[in-house]
Amino acid sequence: MNKNLERLYNGLWKENPTFVLMLGMCPTLAVTTSAINGIGMGLSTTVVLVLSNMLISALRNLIPDRVRMPAFIVVVASFVTIVQFLMEGFTPALYTSLGIYIPLIVVNCIILGRAESYASKNPVIPSMFDGIGMGLGFTVGLTLIGIVREILGNGSIFNVTITPLNDFHITLFGLAPGAFFVLGCLVAIMNVVRKKMEEKGKPLPAVQGCLGGECSSCTLSSACTGKSLVHQVEEIPPVDPKDVAKPQAMADAVKHTANAKNTEDVEKSGSDSSYADDDLTGKEEK
Amino acid sequence: MSYVTGLILLLVASAIVNNVVLSQFLGLCPFLGVSKRVETAAGMGGAVIFVITIASFVTALIYKFILAPTGFEYMQTIVFILVIAALVQFVEMFLKKSVKSLYESLGVYLPLITTNCAVLGTAINNVTNHYDILESVINGFGVAVGFTIAIVIMAGIREKIEYNDIPETFKGSAIVLITAGLMAMAFLGFSGVI
Repeated sequence: MNKNLERLYNGLWKENPTFVLMLGMCPTLAVTTSAINGIGMGLSTTVVLVLSNMLISALRNLIPDRVRMPAFIVVVASFVTIVQFLMEGFTPALYTSLGIYIPLIVVNCIILGRAESYASKNPVIPSMFDGIGMGLGFTVGLTLIGIVREILGNGSIFNVTITPLNDFHITLFGLAPGAFFVLGCLVAIMNVVRKKMEEKGKPLPAVQGCLGGECSSCTLSSACTGKSLVHQVEEIPPVDPKDVAKPQAMADAVKHTANAKNTEDVEKSGSDSSYADDDLTGKEEK
Repeated sequence: MSYVTGLILLLVASAIVNNVVLSQFLGLCPFLGVSKRVETAAGMGGAVIFVITIASFVTALIYKFILAPTGFEYMQTIVFILVIAALVQFVEMFLKKSVKSLYESLGVYLPLITTNCAVLGTAINNVTNHYDILESVINGFGVAVGFTIAIVIMAGIREKIEYNDIPETFKGSAIVLITAGLMAMAFLGFSGVI
Protein backbone atom coordinates (compact mmCIF):
# COMPACT_ATOMS: atom_id res chain seq x y z
CA MET A 1 0.00 0.00 0.00
CA ASN A 2 2.86 2.31 0.82
CA LYS A 3 4.22 1.91 -2.68
CA ASN A 4 0.86 2.89 -4.17
CA LEU A 5 0.67 6.03 -2.04
CA GLU A 6 4.23 6.82 -3.07
CA ARG A 7 3.18 6.60 -6.75
CA LEU A 8 0.30 9.04 -6.09
CA TYR A 9 2.63 11.46 -4.31
CA ASN A 10 5.17 11.05 -7.08
CA GLY A 11 2.68 11.97 -9.82
CA LEU A 12 0.95 14.78 -7.97
CA TRP A 13 3.99 16.49 -6.47
CA LYS A 14 7.49 15.11 -6.91
CA GLU A 15 7.39 14.49 -10.66
CA ASN A 16 4.36 16.58 -11.55
CA PRO A 17 4.05 16.20 -15.34
CA THR A 18 3.09 19.83 -15.96
CA PHE A 19 5.35 21.77 -13.59
CA VAL A 20 8.39 19.51 -13.08
CA LEU A 21 8.67 17.20 -16.09
CA MET A 22 7.00 19.70 -18.48
CA LEU A 23 5.35 16.98 -20.54
CA GLY A 24 2.34 17.23 -22.84
CA MET A 25 2.80 20.87 -23.74
CA CYS A 26 0.53 20.83 -26.82
CA PRO A 27 -2.71 20.25 -24.86
CA THR A 28 -1.42 22.40 -21.99
CA LEU A 29 -1.19 25.40 -24.28
CA ALA A 30 -4.23 24.63 -26.37
CA VAL A 31 -7.05 23.85 -23.97
CA THR A 32 -6.27 26.01 -20.94
CA THR A 33 -8.39 28.94 -22.13
CA SER A 34 -10.64 28.28 -19.13
CA ALA A 35 -10.42 26.27 -15.93
CA ILE A 36 -13.31 24.00 -16.95
CA ASN A 37 -11.56 23.03 -20.18
CA GLY A 38 -8.39 22.32 -18.21
CA ILE A 39 -10.24 19.98 -15.84
CA GLY A 40 -12.02 18.24 -18.73
CA MET A 41 -8.84 17.65 -20.68
CA GLY A 42 -6.96 16.59 -17.56
CA LEU A 43 -9.59 14.09 -16.47
CA SER A 44 -10.01 12.54 -19.92
CA THR A 45 -6.22 12.16 -20.14
CA THR A 46 -6.27 10.60 -16.65
CA VAL A 47 -8.88 8.03 -17.68
CA VAL A 48 -6.89 7.05 -20.77
CA LEU A 49 -3.65 6.98 -18.79
CA VAL A 50 -5.02 4.75 -16.00
CA LEU A 51 -6.70 2.30 -18.37
CA SER A 52 -3.76 2.06 -20.77
CA ASN A 53 -1.28 1.72 -17.89
CA MET A 54 -3.33 -1.16 -16.46
CA LEU A 55 -3.73 -2.98 -19.77
CA ILE A 56 -0.11 -2.51 -20.82
CA SER A 57 1.05 -3.67 -17.42
CA ALA A 58 -1.22 -6.73 -17.63
CA LEU A 59 0.09 -7.54 -21.10
CA ARG A 60 3.72 -6.70 -20.35
CA ASN A 61 4.89 -10.31 -20.52
CA LEU A 62 2.90 -11.05 -23.68
CA ILE A 63 4.00 -8.11 -25.85
CA PRO A 64 7.25 -8.90 -27.67
CA ASP A 65 9.89 -6.29 -26.94
CA ARG A 66 10.49 -5.70 -30.63
CA VAL A 67 6.98 -4.44 -31.42
CA ARG A 68 6.12 -2.86 -28.10
CA MET A 69 5.77 0.72 -29.37
CA PRO A 70 3.13 -0.12 -32.02
CA ALA A 71 1.36 -2.28 -29.43
CA PHE A 72 1.33 0.58 -26.89
CA ILE A 73 0.05 2.97 -29.54
CA VAL A 74 -2.82 0.62 -30.45
CA VAL A 75 -3.79 0.19 -26.79
CA VAL A 76 -3.71 3.93 -26.15
CA ALA A 77 -5.59 4.75 -29.37
CA SER A 78 -8.34 2.26 -28.52
CA PHE A 79 -8.92 3.82 -25.10
CA VAL A 80 -8.83 7.31 -26.61
CA THR A 81 -11.54 6.27 -29.07
CA ILE A 82 -13.69 4.92 -26.21
CA VAL A 83 -13.21 8.09 -24.15
CA GLN A 84 -14.03 10.19 -27.21
CA PHE A 85 -17.36 8.39 -27.65
CA LEU A 86 -18.21 8.69 -23.97
CA MET A 87 -17.51 12.43 -24.02
CA GLU A 88 -19.51 12.91 -27.20
CA GLY A 89 -22.44 11.15 -25.53
CA PHE A 90 -22.36 12.54 -22.01
CA THR A 91 -20.53 15.91 -22.15
CA PRO A 92 -21.24 17.27 -25.65
CA ALA A 93 -20.37 20.88 -24.70
CA LEU A 94 -16.93 19.89 -23.42
CA TYR A 95 -16.49 17.61 -26.44
CA THR A 96 -17.00 20.49 -28.87
CA SER A 97 -14.80 22.91 -26.93
CA LEU A 98 -11.90 20.44 -26.71
CA GLY A 99 -12.40 19.36 -30.33
CA ILE A 100 -9.37 17.90 -32.06
CA TYR A 101 -7.32 17.72 -28.86
CA ILE A 102 -9.26 14.67 -27.66
CA PRO A 103 -8.04 12.30 -30.43
CA LEU A 104 -4.61 13.90 -30.01
CA ILE A 105 -4.37 12.41 -26.50
CA VAL A 106 -2.87 9.45 -28.41
CA VAL A 107 0.33 11.37 -29.10
CA ASN A 108 0.53 12.94 -25.64
CA CYS A 109 4.01 12.03 -24.47
CA ILE A 110 2.89 11.55 -20.84
CA ILE A 111 0.92 8.45 -21.79
CA LEU A 112 3.53 6.78 -24.00
CA GLY A 113 6.22 7.88 -21.58
CA ARG A 114 4.54 6.24 -18.56
CA ALA A 115 3.79 3.12 -20.59
CA GLU A 116 7.42 2.84 -21.62
CA SER A 117 9.08 3.82 -18.36
CA TYR A 118 6.72 2.41 -15.71
CA ALA A 119 3.75 0.28 -16.81
CA SER A 120 5.77 -2.06 -19.02
CA LYS A 121 8.00 -3.00 -16.07
CA ASN A 122 5.66 -3.09 -13.06
CA PRO A 123 2.59 -5.01 -11.87
CA VAL A 124 -0.97 -3.86 -12.52
CA ILE A 125 -1.90 -2.22 -9.19
CA PRO A 126 1.17 0.07 -8.88
CA SER A 127 0.77 0.95 -12.58
CA MET A 128 -2.81 1.93 -11.94
CA PHE A 129 -1.79 4.19 -9.06
CA ASP A 130 1.02 5.60 -11.16
CA GLY A 131 -1.56 6.46 -13.83
CA ILE A 132 -3.89 8.03 -11.27
CA GLY A 133 -1.07 10.08 -9.74
CA MET A 134 0.35 11.29 -13.05
CA GLY A 135 -3.12 11.96 -14.47
CA LEU A 136 -4.28 13.95 -11.44
CA GLY A 137 -0.97 15.84 -11.45
CA PHE A 138 -1.60 16.75 -15.07
CA THR A 139 -5.21 17.73 -14.24
CA VAL A 140 -4.08 19.98 -11.38
CA GLY A 141 -1.48 21.60 -13.63
CA LEU A 142 -3.95 22.25 -16.45
CA THR A 143 -6.56 23.57 -14.03
CA LEU A 144 -4.16 25.99 -12.35
CA ILE A 145 -2.94 27.32 -15.71
CA GLY A 146 -6.57 27.49 -16.83
CA ILE A 147 -7.54 29.50 -13.73
CA VAL A 148 -4.69 31.97 -14.29
CA ARG A 149 -5.58 32.43 -17.95
CA GLU A 150 -9.29 32.70 -17.26
CA ILE A 151 -8.78 35.37 -14.59
CA LEU A 152 -6.38 37.38 -16.77
CA GLY A 153 -8.21 36.89 -20.04
CA ASN A 154 -11.86 36.82 -19.05
CA GLY A 155 -12.11 38.11 -15.48
CA SER A 156 -13.84 34.97 -14.26
CA ILE A 157 -13.19 31.64 -12.53
CA PHE A 158 -15.05 28.48 -13.61
CA ASN A 159 -17.33 30.68 -15.76
CA VAL A 160 -18.36 32.77 -12.72
CA THR A 161 -17.65 36.41 -13.47
CA ILE A 162 -15.76 38.32 -10.81
CA THR A 163 -17.08 41.85 -11.17
CA PRO A 164 -14.09 43.86 -9.85
CA LEU A 165 -11.67 41.82 -12.03
CA ASN A 166 -13.91 41.90 -15.06
CA ASP A 167 -13.14 45.58 -15.71
CA PHE A 168 -9.43 44.88 -16.06
CA HIS A 169 -9.32 41.69 -18.10
CA ILE A 170 -6.89 41.38 -21.02
CA THR A 171 -8.52 39.40 -23.81
CA LEU A 172 -5.10 38.52 -25.24
CA PHE A 173 -4.51 35.97 -22.46
CA GLY A 174 -7.45 33.94 -23.67
CA LEU A 175 -5.97 33.81 -27.17
CA ALA A 176 -2.95 31.99 -28.57
CA PRO A 177 -0.23 34.54 -27.59
CA GLY A 178 -1.42 34.52 -23.98
CA ALA A 179 -0.86 30.77 -23.80
CA PHE A 180 2.78 31.19 -24.84
CA PHE A 181 3.31 34.09 -22.42
CA VAL A 182 1.82 32.23 -19.45
CA LEU A 183 3.84 29.08 -20.18
CA GLY A 184 7.01 31.14 -20.71
CA CYS A 185 6.56 32.77 -17.30
CA LEU A 186 5.85 29.37 -15.76
CA VAL A 187 9.11 27.98 -17.16
CA ALA A 188 10.96 31.03 -15.81
CA ILE A 189 9.42 30.52 -12.34
CA MET A 190 10.35 26.85 -12.42
CA ASN A 191 13.93 27.84 -13.35
CA VAL A 192 14.10 29.87 -10.12
CA VAL A 193 12.56 27.02 -8.10
CA ARG A 194 15.03 24.56 -9.62
CA LYS A 195 17.96 26.76 -8.67
CA LYS A 196 16.67 27.17 -5.09
CA MET A 197 16.15 23.43 -4.72
CA GLU A 198 19.64 22.73 -6.06
CA GLU A 199 21.13 25.13 -3.54
CA LYS A 200 19.20 23.28 -0.84
CA GLY A 201 20.72 20.04 -2.12
CA LYS A 202 17.42 18.55 -3.26
CA PRO A 203 17.55 18.92 -7.06
CA LEU A 204 14.30 18.41 -8.98
CA PRO A 205 14.07 15.73 -11.69
CA ALA A 206 15.16 17.00 -15.10
CA VAL A 207 12.70 18.39 -17.65
CA GLN A 208 11.76 15.51 -19.92
CA GLY A 209 9.57 16.99 -22.62
CA CYS A 210 10.29 19.19 -25.60
CA LEU A 211 11.09 22.14 -23.33
CA GLY A 212 14.28 20.39 -22.25
CA GLY A 213 15.96 21.68 -25.41
CA GLU A 214 17.21 19.41 -28.16
CA CYS A 215 14.88 16.63 -29.29
CA SER A 216 17.78 14.19 -29.38
CA SER A 217 18.53 14.71 -25.70
CA CYS A 218 14.89 14.10 -24.76
CA THR A 219 14.60 11.01 -22.61
CA LEU A 220 11.43 10.11 -24.45
CA SER A 221 13.01 10.34 -27.88
CA SER A 222 13.31 6.57 -27.98
CA ALA A 223 9.61 6.31 -27.25
CA CYS A 224 8.55 9.03 -29.64
CA THR A 225 10.77 8.72 -32.68
CA GLY A 226 9.88 6.47 -35.53
CA LYS A 227 13.19 4.70 -35.69
CA SER A 228 12.67 2.80 -32.48
CA LEU A 229 9.13 1.98 -33.49
CA VAL A 230 10.12 -1.22 -35.25
CA HIS A 231 13.88 -1.21 -35.50
CA GLN A 232 14.64 -0.99 -31.79
CA VAL A 233 16.44 -4.31 -31.54
CA GLU A 234 18.46 -3.84 -34.70
CA GLU A 235 19.43 -0.26 -33.93
CA ILE A 236 20.90 -0.85 -30.51
CA PRO A 237 23.20 -3.86 -30.68
CA PRO A 238 22.33 -6.21 -27.84
CA VAL A 239 25.55 -5.87 -25.90
CA ASP A 240 25.49 -6.57 -22.19
CA PRO A 241 26.36 -3.32 -20.41
CA LYS A 242 28.68 -5.19 -18.06
CA ASP A 243 30.77 -6.39 -20.99
CA VAL A 244 31.14 -2.84 -22.24
CA ALA A 245 31.69 -1.24 -18.89
CA LYS A 246 34.42 -3.59 -17.65
CA PRO A 247 37.01 -3.30 -20.41
CA GLN A 248 36.55 0.48 -20.49
CA ALA A 249 36.96 0.76 -16.75
CA MET A 250 40.01 -1.50 -16.91
CA ALA A 251 41.46 0.48 -19.77
CA ASP A 252 40.88 3.66 -17.77
CA ALA A 253 42.56 2.13 -14.74
CA VAL A 254 45.48 1.01 -16.89
CA LYS A 255 45.70 4.48 -18.38
CA HIS A 256 45.66 6.06 -14.97
CA THR A 257 48.39 3.80 -13.66
CA ALA A 258 50.33 4.26 -16.86
CA ASN A 259 50.00 8.01 -16.57
CA ALA A 260 50.97 7.89 -12.94
CA LYS A 261 54.01 5.78 -13.73
CA ASN A 262 54.95 8.10 -16.54
CA THR A 263 54.68 11.17 -14.35
CA GLU A 264 56.68 9.43 -11.67
CA ASP A 265 59.24 8.50 -14.25
CA VAL A 266 59.34 12.06 -15.48
CA GLU A 267 59.71 13.38 -11.99
CA LYS A 268 62.40 10.84 -11.24
CA SER A 269 64.23 11.53 -14.42
CA GLY A 270 63.83 15.25 -13.74
CA SER A 271 65.21 14.87 -10.28
CA ASP A 272 67.88 12.51 -11.59
CA SER A 273 68.92 15.05 -14.16
CA SER A 274 68.97 17.76 -11.55
CA TYR A 275 71.09 15.55 -9.35
CA ALA A 276 73.21 14.88 -12.34
CA ASP A 277 73.42 18.60 -12.91
CA ASP A 278 74.41 19.04 -9.29
CA ASP A 279 76.97 16.33 -9.76
CA LEU A 280 78.23 17.97 -12.88
CA THR A 281 78.41 21.36 -11.25
CA GLY A 282 80.08 19.72 -8.28
CA LYS A 283 82.58 18.07 -10.58
CA GLU A 284 83.19 21.29 -12.37
CA GLU A 285 83.76 23.04 -9.07
CA LYS A 286 86.10 20.32 -8.05
CA MET B 1 -16.70 31.05 -55.71
CA SER B 2 -15.17 28.48 -57.97
CA TYR B 3 -13.47 25.33 -56.74
CA VAL B 4 -9.99 26.60 -57.62
CA THR B 5 -10.47 29.87 -55.72
CA GLY B 6 -11.63 27.82 -52.79
CA LEU B 7 -8.43 25.76 -52.93
CA ILE B 8 -6.23 28.86 -53.02
CA LEU B 9 -8.10 30.38 -50.08
CA LEU B 10 -7.76 27.08 -48.21
CA LEU B 11 -4.00 27.08 -48.83
CA VAL B 12 -3.57 30.63 -47.52
CA ALA B 13 -5.87 29.98 -44.57
CA SER B 14 -4.09 26.82 -43.46
CA ALA B 15 -0.58 28.23 -44.01
CA ILE B 16 -0.90 31.68 -42.48
CA VAL B 17 -4.25 32.53 -40.92
CA ASN B 18 -4.67 29.33 -38.88
CA ASN B 19 -0.95 28.73 -38.46
CA VAL B 20 -0.48 25.23 -37.12
CA VAL B 21 2.07 26.13 -34.45
CA LEU B 22 1.15 29.65 -33.49
CA SER B 23 -2.60 29.39 -33.35
CA GLN B 24 -3.30 25.65 -32.99
CA PHE B 25 -0.30 24.60 -30.86
CA LEU B 26 0.40 21.47 -32.91
CA GLY B 27 3.97 20.37 -33.56
CA LEU B 28 5.40 22.36 -30.67
CA CYS B 29 8.15 19.83 -29.91
CA PRO B 30 10.12 20.27 -33.14
CA PHE B 31 9.24 23.97 -33.10
CA LEU B 32 11.03 24.39 -29.77
CA GLY B 33 13.66 21.67 -30.20
CA VAL B 34 14.96 22.09 -33.75
CA SER B 35 14.84 25.87 -34.07
CA LYS B 36 18.37 26.77 -33.00
CA ARG B 37 19.85 27.18 -36.50
CA VAL B 38 18.13 28.39 -39.66
CA GLU B 39 19.57 25.54 -41.78
CA THR B 40 18.33 22.77 -39.49
CA ALA B 41 14.99 24.52 -39.11
CA ALA B 42 14.62 24.67 -42.89
CA GLY B 43 15.57 20.99 -43.14
CA MET B 44 12.95 20.10 -40.55
CA GLY B 45 10.43 22.22 -42.44
CA GLY B 46 11.20 20.40 -45.67
CA ALA B 47 10.76 17.02 -44.01
CA VAL B 48 7.47 18.13 -42.45
CA ILE B 49 6.15 19.39 -45.81
CA PHE B 50 7.07 16.06 -47.37
CA VAL B 51 5.51 13.90 -44.66
CA ILE B 52 2.32 15.86 -43.95
CA THR B 53 1.43 16.20 -47.64
CA ILE B 54 1.87 12.48 -48.27
CA ALA B 55 0.16 11.55 -44.99
CA SER B 56 -2.84 13.77 -45.80
CA PHE B 57 -3.16 12.13 -49.20
CA VAL B 58 -2.89 8.56 -47.87
CA THR B 59 -5.20 9.07 -44.90
CA ALA B 60 -7.80 10.80 -47.10
CA LEU B 61 -7.64 7.84 -49.51
CA ILE B 62 -8.00 5.34 -46.68
CA TYR B 63 -10.90 7.23 -45.15
CA LYS B 64 -12.77 7.59 -48.41
CA PHE B 65 -12.25 4.12 -49.86
CA ILE B 66 -11.86 1.87 -46.81
CA LEU B 67 -13.28 3.41 -43.63
CA ALA B 68 -16.32 5.27 -44.98
CA PRO B 69 -17.77 2.48 -47.20
CA THR B 70 -17.39 -0.15 -44.47
CA GLY B 71 -18.83 2.05 -41.71
CA PHE B 72 -15.64 2.02 -39.66
CA GLU B 73 -15.31 5.82 -39.38
CA TYR B 74 -14.89 5.59 -35.62
CA MET B 75 -11.64 3.65 -36.10
CA GLN B 76 -10.00 6.72 -37.65
CA THR B 77 -7.71 7.57 -34.72
CA ILE B 78 -6.25 4.06 -34.45
CA VAL B 79 -5.94 3.57 -38.20
CA PHE B 80 -4.44 7.01 -38.85
CA ILE B 81 -1.75 6.81 -36.19
CA LEU B 82 -0.62 3.38 -37.39
CA VAL B 83 -0.75 4.41 -41.04
CA ILE B 84 1.29 7.55 -40.32
CA ALA B 85 3.88 5.60 -38.31
CA ALA B 86 4.24 2.98 -41.03
CA LEU B 87 4.26 5.64 -43.74
CA VAL B 88 7.14 7.56 -42.19
CA GLN B 89 9.15 4.34 -41.93
CA PHE B 90 8.35 3.49 -45.52
CA VAL B 91 9.19 6.97 -46.81
CA GLU B 92 12.50 6.83 -44.96
CA MET B 93 13.41 3.43 -46.43
CA PHE B 94 12.32 4.52 -49.91
CA LEU B 95 14.38 7.72 -49.79
CA LYS B 96 17.39 5.83 -48.45
CA LYS B 97 17.29 3.37 -51.34
CA SER B 98 16.33 5.54 -54.29
CA VAL B 99 16.62 9.31 -53.64
CA LYS B 100 19.95 9.58 -51.84
CA SER B 101 20.30 13.36 -52.06
CA LEU B 102 16.87 14.02 -50.56
CA TYR B 103 17.53 11.43 -47.85
CA GLU B 104 20.76 13.12 -46.89
CA SER B 105 19.04 16.48 -46.45
CA LEU B 106 15.83 15.27 -44.77
CA GLY B 107 16.72 11.86 -43.36
CA VAL B 108 17.71 12.84 -39.83
CA TYR B 109 14.47 14.75 -39.30
CA LEU B 110 12.07 12.08 -40.54
CA PRO B 111 12.06 9.90 -37.40
CA LEU B 112 11.29 12.95 -35.27
CA ILE B 113 8.02 13.43 -37.11
CA THR B 114 6.24 10.10 -36.59
CA THR B 115 4.29 10.88 -33.48
CA ASN B 116 4.34 14.62 -34.10
CA CYS B 117 0.82 15.73 -33.31
CA ALA B 118 0.71 18.05 -36.35
CA VAL B 119 0.58 15.06 -38.74
CA LEU B 120 -2.21 13.24 -36.93
CA GLY B 121 -3.99 16.52 -36.22
CA THR B 122 -4.01 17.47 -39.90
CA ALA B 123 -5.31 14.03 -40.91
CA ILE B 124 -8.15 14.22 -38.38
CA ASN B 125 -8.93 17.84 -39.28
CA ASN B 126 -9.27 16.85 -42.95
CA VAL B 127 -11.89 14.30 -41.97
CA THR B 128 -13.84 16.48 -39.52
CA ASN B 129 -13.98 19.33 -42.07
CA HIS B 130 -15.25 16.92 -44.78
CA TYR B 131 -12.51 17.83 -47.25
CA ASP B 132 -12.27 15.76 -50.42
CA ILE B 133 -8.96 14.20 -51.45
CA LEU B 134 -7.55 17.20 -53.34
CA GLU B 135 -8.61 19.59 -50.61
CA SER B 136 -6.98 17.33 -48.01
CA VAL B 137 -3.68 17.36 -49.89
CA ILE B 138 -3.82 21.16 -50.29
CA ASN B 139 -4.72 21.62 -46.63
CA GLY B 140 -1.89 19.30 -45.56
CA PHE B 141 0.60 21.13 -47.76
CA GLY B 142 -0.61 24.49 -46.43
CA VAL B 143 -0.32 23.38 -42.81
CA ALA B 144 3.23 22.15 -43.41
CA VAL B 145 4.22 25.36 -45.20
CA GLY B 146 2.83 27.30 -42.24
CA PHE B 147 4.95 25.17 -39.91
CA THR B 148 8.04 25.83 -42.03
CA ILE B 149 7.40 29.58 -42.05
CA ALA B 150 7.00 29.63 -38.28
CA ILE B 151 10.04 27.48 -37.48
CA VAL B 152 12.36 29.33 -39.88
CA ILE B 153 11.35 32.74 -38.50
CA MET B 154 11.81 31.37 -34.99
CA ALA B 155 15.28 30.04 -35.82
CA GLY B 156 16.24 33.42 -37.30
CA ILE B 157 15.14 35.21 -34.13
CA ARG B 158 16.89 32.67 -31.89
CA GLU B 159 20.16 33.15 -33.77
CA LYS B 160 19.83 36.88 -33.06
CA ILE B 161 18.88 36.66 -29.38
CA GLU B 162 21.53 34.09 -28.56
CA TYR B 163 24.07 36.75 -27.64
CA ASN B 164 21.59 39.17 -26.09
CA ASP B 165 21.57 39.98 -22.40
CA ILE B 166 18.56 37.96 -21.27
CA PRO B 167 17.57 37.80 -17.57
CA GLU B 168 19.10 34.68 -16.03
CA THR B 169 15.77 33.03 -15.23
CA PHE B 170 14.44 33.47 -18.75
CA LYS B 171 17.41 31.83 -20.45
CA GLY B 172 16.63 28.68 -22.40
CA SER B 173 13.12 27.70 -23.32
CA ALA B 174 11.37 30.49 -21.36
CA ILE B 175 12.55 33.24 -23.69
CA VAL B 176 11.74 31.02 -26.69
CA LEU B 177 8.15 30.70 -25.47
CA ILE B 178 7.87 34.46 -24.93
CA THR B 179 9.22 34.99 -28.46
CA ALA B 180 6.67 32.50 -29.77
CA GLY B 181 3.98 34.49 -27.99
CA LEU B 182 5.08 37.69 -29.73
CA MET B 183 5.09 35.84 -33.06
CA ALA B 184 1.61 34.49 -32.36
CA MET B 185 0.51 38.07 -31.64
CA ALA B 186 1.85 39.13 -35.03
CA PHE B 187 0.08 36.23 -36.73
CA LEU B 188 -3.19 37.26 -35.04
CA GLY B 189 -3.10 40.20 -37.43
CA PHE B 190 -3.87 37.83 -40.30
CA SER B 191 -7.10 36.65 -38.69
CA GLY B 192 -9.26 39.10 -40.61
CA VAL B 193 -7.74 38.33 -44.03
CA ILE B 194 -10.08 35.51 -45.02
